Amino acid sequence: MAEAVVLAASTPRRSSNTWNKWGQLMVLPYILVFLFLVLYPVSYGLWLARDPQSYVKLFADPIFFRTAINTVIFVVVAVNLKLLIALGLSGFFMQTRWWIRIVAMLFILPWAVPSIPTILSTRFMLNPEWGVINTLIFKLTLKDGPNWLNDPTLALALSMLMHIWKSLPFWTLILLAGRMAIPADQYEAASVDGATRWQKFCFITWPSMKGLYLTSTLLSMIFTLGDFNSVYLLTGGGPADLTHVLATLGIRYLRLDQIELAMASIVVALPFMLPLVYVMMKRLSK
Amino acid sequence: MKKGWSLRQVSIEAQLLLVGIPVVIWTMIPVYHLFLFAISQRDKATSGQLWPKNPTLQNFEFVFGQKHFYLNHFWQQLGNSLMIAVATGLITLFVATTAAFAISRLKVRGGRTVMNMALVTYFIPAAFLAVPMYKTMANYGLLNNRWSLILAMVTIASPYCIWVLKQASDKLPWELDEAARIDGASPLQLFWLVYVPLMVPSLVAVGTYALLLAWNEYLYGFLLLSKETDLPLAVALGNFLAADDSPWELLMATGFIYALPPAAIYYVFKRYMVSGLTAGAVKS
Repeated sequence: MAEAVVLAASTPRRSSNTWNKWGQLMVLPYILVFLFLVLYPVSYGLWLARDPQSYVKLFADPIFFRTAINTVIFVVVAVNLKLLIALGLSGFFMQTRWWIRIVAMLFILPWAVPSIPTILSTRFMLNPEWGVINTLIFKLTLKDGPNWLNDPTLALALSMLMHIWKSLPFWTLILLAGRMAIPADQYEAASVDGATRWQKFCFITWPSMKGLYLTSTLLSMIFTLGDFNSVYLLTGGGPADLTHVLATLGIRYLRLDQIELAMASIVVALPFMLPLVYVMMKRLSK
Repeated sequence: MKKGWSLRQVSIEAQLLLVGIPVVIWTMIPVYHLFLFAISQRDKATSGQLWPKNPTLQNFEFVFGQKHFYLNHFWQQLGNSLMIAVATGLITLFVATTAAFAISRLKVRGGRTVMNMALVTYFIPAAFLAVPMYKTMANYGLLNNRWSLILAMVTIASPYCIWVLKQASDKLPWELDEAARIDGASPLQLFWLVYVPLMVPSLVAVGTYALLLAWNEYLYGFLLLSKETDLPLAVALGNFLAADDSPWELLMATGFIYALPPAAIYYVFKRYMVSGLTAGAVKS
């Protein structure tokens, strides 16, 4: 009996009634936010996208087809490239040198400053007539540089680079935190055994990092699907609407007052997105 | 006495430099170009020189004096950005702290479901939510009202904040709560006198995260607000793109001013930000 009482007192899960009431009161603000600003908009949006005719129109739009391809390329190439570089750079930032600490401080800047000024700054650099890049190309080679943002392939590639520039610091920090969690004596023991740097990576770093690396890849894919700024502010979706991704296409339809098409373009992405979300939910709510 | 470096050491240092130098160049180019543009005269900005011949603060004088058509409401728009960021930071902090406390410490029934609701929201790409959010705000009659942007930013910021705070508060020892309960503390006293003081580092990280998210936001402001005097600076900067004859040097000077506060805040709170915000991600 006494044992049961002690057990009940020390088991946090059973809260008394008043405590539970306070708990309910304190989650209420977030529940309200969720109901009015997440659940309602999402349900309303899905309801707006209920007409099959919207999808017929959407698939008939040549821009949509191009956008779907762009989005796949953007997500697959930019995310994997970014995380590979982040994985490598996190090893670089593990080194203890006074100057690497300064590099780390500067390296954070793209993440610390807002996107608009830096993306617009890049856009001006790429201006074919008076941008600094083509000015330098002309000075050095006496030839005109390429019309960077007027070539759809080049423009999409530059948007991806912009995206990598902006979000590389964040993922490097995440992977750096993962590397710092690996006990140093493992590396010391490997050094004693005469392991090469590559062997240390394969047998110590990678095995303990691969879970984090996979989580980061999935999470970054979801976030990258929603990256509006890197494309819109650099190329505006142009030239000739050839560099849109789903994030900018939805907004384009919205601006053209075609909300049904905007929602339909998002619904079409759900079959690809929901598995990612499902895996992430399982990983994070363990 | 320092001995000479061995060949091996020199080679390692050289390899590190071979990574470090390109990293610095890659990182700094857009930022430095922005700065260079902001301190250059209009026609000298694009010459490709590393430092302008006659650096000038005239662009800033134009911006601060609102001496251009695009800058007529500069101070108002700076104030809007500040107001929206601070309000988002405070409201998010309130919503996320109470929710994390109730879920993690009070073990409220259904807490797990609330956490899952927040996580699902965290995984909706912001640009996708923007479309229905626009219609929702129209239905609520909040379009062209700065509160629509604040509420939207709270919606986007709070899931991650709840997640980070819950991770941090799960680590606090249970003995604290038990001692407080045995002493007859009410849940509210436990919250204010025990929980909040212990959570300060995470609260700073999370509040700053929400504040910066709102200050930096472009898309939602661009959709939800349209009156010149309501716009945050981010959207006003985007509006420069509307015309070909825009005064780029003024845009860059304004952008530089706009980018300074987040950079400063970031470096001041760096310790909190990095450990606080990466904690949640690394756990998995």
